[in-house]
Formats: sequence, C-alpha cells, structure tokens
Amino acid sequence: MISTDILIIGAGPTGLFTVFEAGLLKLKCHLIDALPQPGGQCTEIYPKKPIYDIPAYPEILAGDLTEKLLEQCKQFEPGFTLGERAETIEKQEDGTFIVTTNKGTKHQAPVVAIAGGLGSFEPRKPLIPNIANFEDKGVEYIIKDPEIYRDKKVVIAGGGDSALDWSIFLSDVASEVTLIHRRNEFRGHLDSVEKVQELKNLGKINLVTPAEVMGIIGNGHVEGVVVKQSGEELKEFNITCDHFVPLFGLSPKLGPIANWGLEIEKNAIKVNNALDYQTNIPGIFAIGDVNTYPGKLKLILCGFHEATLMCQAAYQIINPGKKYVLKYTTVSGVHGFDGTSKTAPKAVVKKID
Amino acid sequence: MEENQDVKITIVDRDGVSHTIDAPTDMAMNLMEVVRAYELAPEGTIGICGGMAMCASCQCYVKSNHELPEMQDDEEAMLSEAFYVKDNSRLGCQIQITPDMDGLEVELAPES
Repeated sequence: MISTDILIIGAGPTGLFTVFEAGLLKLKCHLIDALPQPGGQCTEIYPKKPIYDIPAYPEILAGDLTEKLLEQCKQFEPGFTLGERAETIEKQEDGTFIVTTNKGTKHQAPVVAIAGGLGSFEPRKPLIPNIANFEDKGVEYIIKDPEIYRDKKVVIAGGGDSALDWSIFLSDVASEVTLIHRRNEFRGHLDSVEKVQELKNLGKINLVTPAEVMGIIGNGHVEGVVVKQSGEELKEFNITCDHFVPLFGLSPKLGPIANWGLEIEKNAIKVNNALDYQTNIPGIFAIGDVNTYPGKLKLILCGFHEATLMCQAAYQIINPGKKYVLKYTTVSGVHGFDGTSKTAPKAVVKKID
Repeated sequence: MEENQDVKITIVDRDGVSHTIDAPTDMAMNLMEVVRAYELAPEGTIGICGGMAMCASCQCYVKSNHELPEMQDDEEAMLSEAFYVKDNSRLGCQIQITPDMDGLEVELAPES
C-alpha cells in the first residue's frame, strides 16, 4: 500500500504543479498515470510543439514545460505509479480513500485530486474484425517488454514515430521485422525515417507499402496476417508471424473514473468553482482539463490556478482546524522534503564609512 | 450595421442528424471549432489535440463540391494513420471557414 497526503490522478502539467503547491503546505503527493512517463498530453501528443500562453514564457515547448515542472516540484519528492490506470476508488471508515490501479497497485490518501485531462490514453485499435480474439495472444498495441519478441517474427503496422522507432529497435531483437503502412511516406523524425530506409536496404526490415493488414490468421495465437497491398496492382497475401503490433497512436478516454459516482457533464467532472474545485464527493477534487464549471476554459494556466486553490482545501481536510496563512515563496523560501532549501538572498546591511 | 459575414454549413453528426448552421468567417475559426462551438459532437470526442492535425478526432467526409484548401503534408500523414478514411476524408481542424464555403456539406466520421 502506497500512502500519501494527496493522491493525484494524472501526471500532466496540472498534476505536476499540484506537487509544488502541496509541498509548500508540507503535504506529500503521489501521482498515478496510465502513460509510462509524466507530462500527459504535453509529452505524449505534442512534446515538440510550442505553447505561447504560459505566463512569463513567451514561448516554451510542451516537452520543456514538463521538464521545468518536474524540476520545480523535485524537492517535494513526488511518488509515481506510471503505466497504470486508476481503476477503482473505495472510501474507508476513517475518511481516507483507497485507489487501486488496473495492475492491482493500491494507494491510500485522505485527499484525491483528479487531474486526468481528457482521460487515460488508450491505444487506438485498427478495425480488424477478429483482432479482439488475439489480444495478448500475439497482438500487442503497446510494446512493454521488447524481450518477448526475441527471435520471433514480428509485423508492425503504422506510419508514425512509434512504428518507426520500434521497427528499428526490434530489427536487432526479432528474427524478422515487417513494417506495414498505408502509404509510402512516413511521418516521424527524419533520423528515424532515414534509419528505417537504411535497415530496409540492408534487408533487416521488410517494408510493405502501401498496404494494410486486413485480417489475422491463427488458432489461439497469431500465426500470420492477411495483407492487402495497393499500388500498381492490387494483391492480397499472407505474412507468417508470431506477433502483430499495430501502433496507431493513443486516444484519451475518461475510462473507469466515469464510474466513481462523480457528477459528469460533457465528459468532464463537475466541481465547485466558487470555492475549491471539490466534486460532489467530499475529499475528491477535480482540477485542470478534466473538470467543468460555468465559464470553464481548458488551459494549462487555469489548471495551475485550480491546483493552487485545491491544495488549500486539502490542507484543511488533512489538518482540521489548524491555523494557516498564505506565505509568499519570496519571503519564506521553498523547503524541500529532501532537505534542500531555496531562499531569497538577504539584503546586505552594512555601514558605509 | 456590419455586413453579415456568416456562411451556412450543413454538418451531419455522428448520429446521422443533419444540422445547418451559421459559421463566422471573421473569427479565424476552422471546421472542427465550429462543430465544437455548436456542440455537434460531445466534448472530449473531437479536437482532442486542439487542432494540430495530430489526432484525427475531427475527421469528416466532404459531401459537396466546394474547393477546399489543399491538403498539407501533416494532414495527409495523419489521415494515412486514421481509421474509417475515405477518398473525401479531411481533418476539420485544417479547414478554415472562408466566405466561399457557403453551402458546404460535411459528415463527421465515426469516433475512434
């Protein structure tokens, strides 16, 4: 069981900034995210795209913003459960909550802050009629452990960075790698595209374009795929393989959170924006893009504000009746849980002779 | 009194219901944003990437013969990875509303 003060669901910009604001109030945070790395959409969808409306940053890349937020909250030692999706929540008699992930990891906290953006990212599954029968029986939508492909025949489908990068990586692991894409053109980093070209020329990647996987063959486990290739003449043929890995990106779904008994409106969680961004369940807050209220704007900067106010309410729940006044970081400094301190340099007071 | 700069656009939503709406041409809006402004698809199911041609959640089929802006590389690449793609597929976020789009007819592609 992982215990913390504020359990944050979603490690995007809003969740990461919550760690900092909570830390100023001496509250510890732990974050759960379905993605294998922090940053949410900023790292998953558009790490190389600029954002222009972060206060004091005329321009910052989404990936760099994540880096900065991690650096800013580092001294408050946030815990992370990554690559797991928050599945269930149970209120305990003592008022705390236990949140369990799809992999069974349990987390306990008196306050839960849902900073889940548009939801957890799920792989987009191609429209192949019998694909569901082969999930985890040779069909994988996400590569978690490349070792399972050692000395196996692998077919990868897709035309973006992950399809390119995994084809390159697996060309050294698998006995045979086939990359199938609907077009001859790939979109990805130039290096990756060139590397695949090189590996194709060396015969280490078998490239089939423009083509599409239409079906899966196998009896209980993937034994091959049916491929339709267009171009000069249309042909349909089978490729023998042990694994089929379709990599068509991820799409966010609100997912299990929708069943937590929270008031949902327009795929978002209703909160009290007059006070503290609390949901209809006391102790559960929703901040950032995942919440809704009259006049809501889905902006990172609004998420930061919501996180800050939410932490004050969390403080009251965790320390009932305890007196507290807002302190400015310039005055009080930032004192990390790791023993580090940042403070403003003192003015020099010295006599001038 | 300023001249009315709206154009009429017909959008068939994912339930097959047809909506003829007024879309402004002076607000730098694209088709995806018009769909969101009129809430013709639930929030969170369209415009997920915000309009960067990076998610295909705003894919639509163009039903009328309007001349639309030419497809750029990123839109073409995204559509080549999307599902339910047809010859007349476009990404709504890459179509800016202009005065010559009066009478445009589109249908939203299924969610995926």
